Formats: sequence, C-alpha cells, structure tokens
Amino acid sequence: MIPPTFEYVAPKTLSEAVAALGGYENAKVLAGGQSLIPLMRFRLASPAVLVDINRVEGLSYINEDKGWLKIGSMTRQSTVDHSALVREKYPLLADTVSVLSDPIVRNRGTVGGNIANGDPGNDYPATMLAYGAEVVAMGPKGERVIPITSFFIGLYESALASNEILTEVRIPTPKPHSGGAYLKLERKVGDFATAAVAAQVELDAKGKFKSVGLGLTNVGLTAIKATAAEDFLKGKDSSDDNIRQAGQLAADASEPIADVRGSEEYKRSLVKTYTVRALRIAVERAKGS
Amino acid sequence: MAEIHGLGSSRKRVEDARFIRGQGNYIDDFKLPGMLHLDIVRSPYAHAKIKKIHTEKALATPGVLAVIDGPTLQKYNVHNMPTLMSDTQMVLPLDTVKYQYQEVAGVLATDRYTAADGVAAVEVDYEPLPVVVDPFKALLPGAQKVRDDKDSNHIWHWEWGDKEKTDKDFENAEVTVKENIYIPRIHVSSIETCGCVAKWDATNGHLTLWMTTQAPHAIRTVVALITGHLGLSEEKIRVISPDIGGGFGGKVPAYPGYVIAVAASIVTGAPVKWIEDRTDNLAADSFGRDYHITAELAGKKDGTLTALRFKTIADHGYTDAAANPSKFPAGLFHICTGSYDFKNAFIEVDGVYTNKPPGGIAYRCSFRVTEAVHAIERMADVYALKIGMDPAEFRMKNFIKPEAFPYTSALGWEYDSGNYPAALRKAMDMIGYEDLRKEQKEKLARGEFMGIGISSFTEIVGAGPSKHFDILGLKMFDSCEIRVHPTGKAIARFGTKSQGQGHETTYAQIIAEELGIPADHIKVEEGDTDTAPYGLGTYASRSTPVAGAAAAIASRKIREKAKKIAAHLLEANEDDLEWERGRFFVKGSPDQGKTIQEIAFAAYTNHPQGMEGGLEAVNYYDPPNLTYPFGSYICVVDIDRGTGQVKIRRFVAVDDCGVRINPMIVEGQIHGGLTMGFAPAMMEEISYDVDGNVHGTNFMDYLLPTAVETPKWELGETVTPSPHHPIGAKGVGESATVGAPAAIVNAVVDALSHLGVTTIDIPMTPRKVWELMHKHGATLEE
Amino acid sequence: MSTHHIQVTINGKVHEADVESRLLLVHLFRENLNMTGTHIGCDTTSCGACTVILDGKPVKSCTVFAVQADGSEIRTVEGLAQDGKLSAIQEGFHEKHGLQCGFCTPGMMMTTSALLEQNPHPTEDEIRHAISGNLCRCTGYMNIVKAVQYAADKMAEKVEV
Repeated sequence: MIPPTFEYVAPKTLSEAVAALGGYENAKVLAGGQSLIPLMRFRLASPAVLVDINRVEGLSYINEDKGWLKIGSMTRQSTVDHSALVREKYPLLADTVSVLSDPIVRNRGTVGGNIANGDPGNDYPATMLAYGAEVVAMGPKGERVIPITSFFIGLYESALASNEILTEVRIPTPKPHSGGAYLKLERKVGDFATAAVAAQVELDAKGKFKSVGLGLTNVGLTAIKATAAEDFLKGKDSSDDNIRQAGQLAADASEPIADVRGSEEYKRSLVKTYTVRALRIAVERAKGS
Repeated sequence: MAEIHGLGSSRKRVEDARFIRGQGNYIDDFKLPGMLHLDIVRSPYAHAKIKKIHTEKALATPGVLAVIDGPTLQKYNVHNMPTLMSDTQMVLPLDTVKYQYQEVAGVLATDRYTAADGVAAVEVDYEPLPVVVDPFKALLPGAQKVRDDKDSNHIWHWEWGDKEKTDKDFENAEVTVKENIYIPRIHVSSIETCGCVAKWDATNGHLTLWMTTQAPHAIRTVVALITGHLGLSEEKIRVISPDIGGGFGGKVPAYPGYVIAVAASIVTGAPVKWIEDRTDNLAADSFGRDYHITAELAGKKDGTLTALRFKTIADHGYTDAAANPSKFPAGLFHICTGSYDFKNAFIEVDGVYTNKPPGGIAYRCSFRVTEAVHAIERMADVYALKIGMDPAEFRMKNFIKPEAFPYTSALGWEYDSGNYPAALRKAMDMIGYEDLRKEQKEKLARGEFMGIGISSFTEIVGAGPSKHFDILGLKMFDSCEIRVHPTGKAIARFGTKSQGQGHETTYAQIIAEELGIPADHIKVEEGDTDTAPYGLGTYASRSTPVAGAAAAIASRKIREKAKKIAAHLLEANEDDLEWERGRFFVKGSPDQGKTIQEIAFAAYTNHPQGMEGGLEAVNYYDPPNLTYPFGSYICVVDIDRGTGQVKIRRFVAVDDCGVRINPMIVEGQIHGGLTMGFAPAMMEEISYDVDGNVHGTNFMDYLLPTAVETPKWELGETVTPSPHHPIGAKGVGESATVGAPAAIVNAVVDALSHLGVTTIDIPMTPRKVWELMHKHGATLEE
Repeated sequence: MSTHHIQVTINGKVHEADVESRLLLVHLFRENLNMTGTHIGCDTTSCGACTVILDGKPVKSCTVFAVQADGSEIRTVEGLAQDGKLSAIQEGFHEKHGLQCGFCTPGMMMTTSALLEQNPHPTEDEIRHAISGNLCRCTGYMNIVKAVQYAADKMAEKVEV
C-alpha cells in the first residue's frame, strides 16, 4: 500500500498556502492526513502536489470570543477531546469527538479535515449542522464566512473552492438551559456510523423547546439537517410524545442507502431511535445546566 | 540453585526479552544485500479470461526488473502447485483467473515502492466470465463450471456413521429438531501478514527460504517435490520460520507469492522478498469456515438424545486447498456428536467449487471442529427449547458420564477422558446461573431482552495417530531432540513452530519437570529445517499433545541413560536407584546421590566403559490417540431493542485441558481464543456478491474487535488429565475459539426465543439482530 | 520527483535522511534507519502496529509522511529502555503476559507510554479506550490491561506482587 509520487510543499503562512493551492494543478491540502493518506495508499487519490499546512502558524486554537466558540481548523481532534471547556459547555461536541475514529488517529486528525472532506461518514458535519455553526475560509481573494447550512453540497463536495483553505469553525456559544448529545452506532471503535444523530437544544424558562438543532450522519449523500423535526419541536414541551414525533420526522428526513451496515428501513429506525434518545439526553443536560 | 519451573509454574516467558525491545525477527525485518522486492498484480474479476498482460509501462519504470506471468513459470513447470488435499492450485494463471484478487503477475523491483509502482503500471485486458458464488447453485445439473479440468463443481462426497440406524432412529423419534446453520467465511487476520525472503545461492545450489510458516518441514518437502525437476533437492533447501506475528492456521498453506518469490530468486540469483499488504492477505489467503449445515437431532420427549444427522455443503473456493488430514476432507467434523451420548449418528459433507479463494480451515479451529461444535451446541439448545427444558439441565441429562471414559462415540472417536458435568456445574456456580434465570424472567416482564447461553464443548486435538492421519502422505508425528551439555544445561529442538504460544518457555518446563534441569537452563529452538527434527508443525492445537509428548519421552530416554551413568558414579546397581526430580539416589541412603548436572558432566568425562558418551535423545512421537480438551462456557447478553446491539454482560469460561504446563500461558491462550470466538460471532465476515466481488478486504470492512468491544473474560478450570499423554496434557490453543461462538449465539436466541426465534446465523451484527426482532414485531423505536 | 532532506530526532538521537515526499514515516524507521521494532499490520490506519510517539503524541506512523516529521522528536519502542534498563511498561508486559506473538506489542507499549504520561492512574475502562486504536489478535486484551496497570503502579512506586 504505497502512495504514488507527488510534489510536496510545506508553507509557513496561510497566504503562502493559499497561493500554493492555486498555483499548482491538482494540488490538495494535507492537514491531518488521516483520510487523505489512506486514500493515497490505495491510489484512489493521486494529487500531483500536497500543500502541507501543518506548519502554518495560528490555525490551532479553541477560544470563546464574542458569543462564539472558535476552533482553528488545524486543531487536533484530541485537543478538542481533552478540552475541559468543550466538555463543560459543548457536550454535543464532546460526545462527537469521543466517537470519532480512534484515540490515536485523533492525535493527527483535524477539526477542519473532518468538516472539509465532504464525507457523509464524517461525524462533525451533522454536529455542526445541529449547532448552526459557521466556517471561515481563506482564498486568494481573502476570507469569507460560510454558514454550515450552505457548506455541504454533495458527496465529497463542499462549498470550499479548490483554492480555499478552511481556517476556522465557529459554534454559537449555547445560551443557558442548553444541552446537546451525539449518539452513534459504530460496530466497533473506528467504524463509520451506521447512523448517528446530533442534537442541540435550548429550553425556555418553562422548559419548552426554544430552539432545536438536529443533524444526521451517514444517512444521505451529505449530513442532513432534520429541519422538519427541529421546527416541529419549537415551542413545544419536552414530552416523550413530542420527542417521538420529532424522531419520526427526523427519520423521514433521512435518505439512507442500503449497504452492509444496514437496510434503509433499519437506518431510518436508528435515526428515529437515536433522535429520541439524543433529545432526551440533551433535554436533561439543558435542565441541569 | 535456579528454580526448576516444571509443570504448573507460571514461568515468565523467555521470548518476551526480544519482543518488548522491538528486537523480534519477523519476515519483513529481514534485509539481505542486493535483495529485490516482489509485489503482485491481482485480478479485479472473480472469473475471467486473461486476454493480454501489458507490461511495457511497468518495465519502463526505473527499478522494475521483471514482470513474471504464468507462461513464464510454465517454462519451469511451476505455474501450478499441489494443494495439501492433492488438488491443483495455480501459482500464476496461464489464461484464466478464478477468484477476485487472484494473483495474475508478479512484479520484481529494486525496492518495495518501485514494485508497487510497477504493479500499478501493469495493465491487463480481461474478458469476464460467468461467476459461481452460490455452492447450492453450483451443484445443480448444468451449473457453470468453476474448473475446466473437472467434470463438475462437486469436489468430493464424504460420509461417516451409520445411515440406516440413524434414519431409523429419526423415523421412530418422539422429538426431532432441524435447523439450517450457515457459518460464513472468516479470516485469521494475524496482525503480521504473510511473506517470505527467498535466497537462491547459485554457487552451491542452495535455496534458503525464510517464511511465515507454521510447518517449515512440510513446506521444505513440498518445495522439494515441486521443484525437484529443476534440480532442487531436499537437502539443499532450508526453510527458516523466524518469529511469526500470529498464525492461527493462516500461515500453514503455501501461497502463490512464496513460489513466485522462489522462482524469481532462482532466475535472478538475488534474494527476493515478498510481503503481503493487508488487502492481499484478507482477499486472497486461506479462509476459515464457509459451511452450510443442515443439522438434525432426534430423541425422546423427556430430553434424551438418541441420534444425530448433519448434512453439510462445504464451500471450498476454486480449489481444495484446505489443510486436512488426507483421509478426512472435512477434517475432524465427526466430533460433532460433541459431549453427548448419542446412540447413532450419520453425517455427510460435500465439498463444492466456487469462484472464491481456496482454503477452509485457517482460523484457530482444529480442522473443522469449530463448525462441528457450533452445530451440536446450537442444536442442543434448539432441542431443549422445543421441549421446554432448561438448557443446562438438558446438557447434564445427555452428557457422556464421567465413568464412561474412555468413551467411543457413535462416530468412532475414542474420547480419552472428561468430566463434563463438573465443568458445567462450575461454570453455573461462577456465573450464578439460577439467579440469572430469575433475573431474566423479571426483565422479560418489563420488556427487556436478556439471554443466557451455554456451550459445553468437547474438542479434539493432537493430530494425530499415524494409522489415521497424514497430510499429503506425511505422517503427523512430531518430534523433540534434546542434548544435555557437560555443564548440565540443555538445548531442545522441535518439529513444531510457535507463533506466539510460548513454546520457548513451556517446552522447557516439560523437560525441566522430567529431568530436574531448571527451565532457565534449557534453550528451546524451532523453525529451522536444517537443525530441527522433522515435524508437521503447529496448528490444530497439536504441539502440546504431540511434540510436548515427544519432549517428555525424549527426556525419559535421557533419564534412562542418566540412571546408568548414576549407577556407575555411585557404584551401585541401577535397580537400587530412585529418582527425585533432578537426581538419582540410592534407595535408603538419600544423601548418596548424583544430580543430573553431575551426571551430565560425567557423560562427557567419566562415562561407563562400553557406553556411548554424550547425553541426548530424540523422540518422534506417534500419538496413540487424539486428546479431548473440553469445557463449559456461559454467556449473558442484553439486547438493545432499539438498535439491535448485543452487549455481552458476562462470559464465564471453564476449561479443562488436562494438566496445565504453564497456567499463565494457558489463560492467555484462552483469553485470545475466546476473543477469536467472540469476533466471528459478532462482527467478522468475508462475503461475496453475485458477481464474486469480495467484501471485507481491509480492517474498515473486516471488523476485528478492539479492547472496548471485547468482553472481560472470567476464567475457571477443571483438570482431567489425558490418560494416554505422557504428562496428562491435552492442548488448549483453540478450545476457546471452538467453544465460544455457540455460547453467544445461544444467549441471543435465548433472549429472543419468547418471540418464536429458534436460530440466528453469525455474525450477529446489530442489523441482523434488529431485523430478526423486527420480523417478530419486537423492536422498540423508543 | 522531489526528494527532501529531513532531520528527525529519534529516541534522543538525530538522524538525517534524503527522502521521497511519499515515504511513509514507518518506512523511514524500517527501511532507511533499520529500526524494525515498529511494525506494519494493515492498509487503513486501523491496527496501530505502527504507533510511535511524535512530538509527545502517539500517532500511526503509516499515516504520516516522513517529510512531515522533519524537525520532530520521535520515540519508538527501541527507546523505551534507558541505559539497558527496561521501562516499567516493558516490565509490565513481561510480568503480566501482555504479549504472545509480539507483533502488536511495540505499538501497544508506545500508546501505553503516552497514556501514562497523560493519565498516571487510568481505570480499566480508560485503558481500554486508550488502546482502542491498537488491535491485538492473540491476547484478547485482558493481560494487556493488567500490564498497563502494573506499569502505572510501578511508575507511581507501588509495586504489585
């Protein structure tokens, strides 16, 4: 399993990296490499040039700033996993990163990589959809902010241009009485999800749903935002009945493909079950917060 | 004086010293000057004609030296090789490929990166042909033939037992049960893949073959037979099996890569290394299982079993390359009457060709014993369920009684010893069986699905007595040669080959027990055919029963000679001497004695006149019988009605492997074996679609459990020595792999039986369990 | 095809090499530097036999290019023993029979080394999670867990007999 040859550059600044991406034909960003390098070892990807952005300064951070949790795109998954701030205030993200691949891969894998790949099996996209996150991209014409709802376009296709680099993801800092959870069926550690659900909720003073974010992993060509389920819950109380109905709506919104992990029917059922369970946990955490 | 560390000592392992320092010598660690690398072009089609192999681009790649194809090998008549079942296997095809990922051409290059580039640069034109993947369809008249050199896809029919009496019992039975059980293909996936370094010494006409092999002598003989016409003869072939990173049966067969590497070395005169990728390994190497069993039991209403009837279709891939004793194409499958006293039994197995890789017994299974045990232990539960009897009670009722040993089964095996009720009772006590049954009732009333499954297995290992056993004609004795040095230390060499079982540690313990030489003073070697005595290698848990016995017998031969020397030294009569471990002494005068060390020294400096000097012995042990380890496993599961996930809450394993040489190592073998029973039960599977495309060629698709999924095994033991084995030991390497799956399946079925479920095939993936519950309207979407 | 000059510090010793950009870090050890203690077991970054410590964190060296490690500090199994004295981890694997064929062992021990640096008193479940990126086919993980616990105790100067 030997990769094909390629040219390699390791710029030290973001602008150099962007220039390199645009300056070569068939150039690709090398971030964590935990998705790209295996593809190259199978010769399923043969970029002519790899632009290694691991030496670009200033892309690794986790900060709360002006109502947002800002995470640099080159922040390693393990840093997120071990962040007390994330565990305390962003339980949906903490849940997600803890089931992402395996703990060693997480030492190299980056936050940006898990979003920019466009792989429906990646765990971050659904979570970012549930959070209503934004991503920041840097291109030759400068920086732009892309709402996550516009980011995932198709299978391995994102709104990122081929000469843009994802630099940051921003999650709105949850308001009080918020909670979240991520539930994933993996057949073993390291497996992609048979299905997974990300739930982020905010309750009002009466305990009714003020806002709900629901993202679905690996039950479509991209991560799916279960909008109908989210809208249904707004203003309603967190009764089991309401949660179950939301679960059904989320299942209806999913577009699973039958494969070795399961039939369409099974995956839809998982979406429903996990939506219900994740909402229950999110609500409990919201009430506790 | 150093500790003896004889039988029963949990002696720490000698081999650890190099492994924990990263100084193991695995095949890929070998580098020889001028060494070339071999990589392999593989077929994307399960069945296709090769129209043309375009080698220009590959040969134009700097560093690529050659592209070797079937016709090239045909010039030397090594394009085909015999399998261990005397069928024919292609090394490289002349014109047709028979399974996806089959070897099509070898690329020889200066380094592994270039070899990979060469493989990527080879282009092959194929003409796809119709594919046969369903063994039942393959047996229908007019079915597409897999093999051009055969009349049909039916390889052989094998039957055993008394058909007439069995059929009669079934006719007259009060109760009969029948289930179809499919045990799918799985793959050993040792963390080290297969490989070799072939070094042809043109000056002396010698071939040295370092190889991942569990049976170096057998390989040497086979290589000699298939290359004899090229001038290679057996004394000029040296096979060295260095450190092996796990075998489990997968490193028994001879794979095409080895032969191509040897041919390449002979042609170029340079050493050639071939190392598999994981994809090569999973896609093309010998698999285990793939048995379709129609299993029936007959008996009385009160739960007494009378007869057994199994019919099996064995999917062998495109050639029969299973490593079974030649008389038994279905291995030791006729152990399937298990731990129960059947009056009559009849079994049939039909081998079938399909467009898949060849193999069948590589997966820690003792020659089809896992399949046999899975079937009988599942059917015991099926029967018990049908008559509404507790499965533990059912087993106790039907066990072969302890007084009945040695016991001859309805299928002709003479079980050496066993106490099945004691093992089951112990397991039941350890797990708190009666309380669990109470809990299960309570949980079910609340709609929670909990299951308890038992597997009371009898294993059969130690192949095997020469009157019944041979592989390719080679008898399955095994050997030990011991040489004691003047200073009382020793070296012992064996015909077996450890791949992690700790032979360097445990064989020394056997000899230490017999001779009283501290185990630390006994160097153990295996794996070099130039120095080790001939043996058939390590697989099917045969090392302790056969080579371990040879160690004891060889030690006793040494002791016999030592006694003569002692008599000479003590100026006493041999008959007046007694032995206590480590010394001979004069009866009645215990302080008048000679230690084994003193005797050893005398063997070189002061031996009796007329006696040969030195102190050594060799034994080629032909076992009088196989040995029959056994055990009872109990598994408790809880099923998630929403997702279909099965959680193993507890798993108790009581094993009886007779005398335990090293309890620490025995437990390690059981932990590993249980895990290799659990994994196929829950998640491992190699599968094919209708076009013969294989699924499960990498570790994202072929699932091996991590420390998170693997249960925390609870072990117990009983000890029922083997009456015929010199030290009463039976062997244990595979018992847990053999016994565990049925316990887990029985637990899951037990959890769902109230729905009317009677069977489920492995692997019991979440989707499969969910679909089964869903079929019965029992899933919960919360 | 470009080659790159890299400098890596492995087990405290500086090594220089001229490498193709596609050279995997694990091959830098095994092929260029003749350090064969780190093993290769799969194609999909699943098995962890190739685990080494790169700038303080365990990584799967089959999924890092050697050029990426230019200037880095790496620890491999060959560096666990200090001045010929076995580390507590190596001792633990030996004392508790935490290895059988030994092939996954270097990776397991490097992961263990990083775990105990970060969490000197891990629970059994924490250990199992930490090694869930390392596959073993021989041991069923039971004694590996015991080996790690032994090492933790030893490093905290409480030796379990």
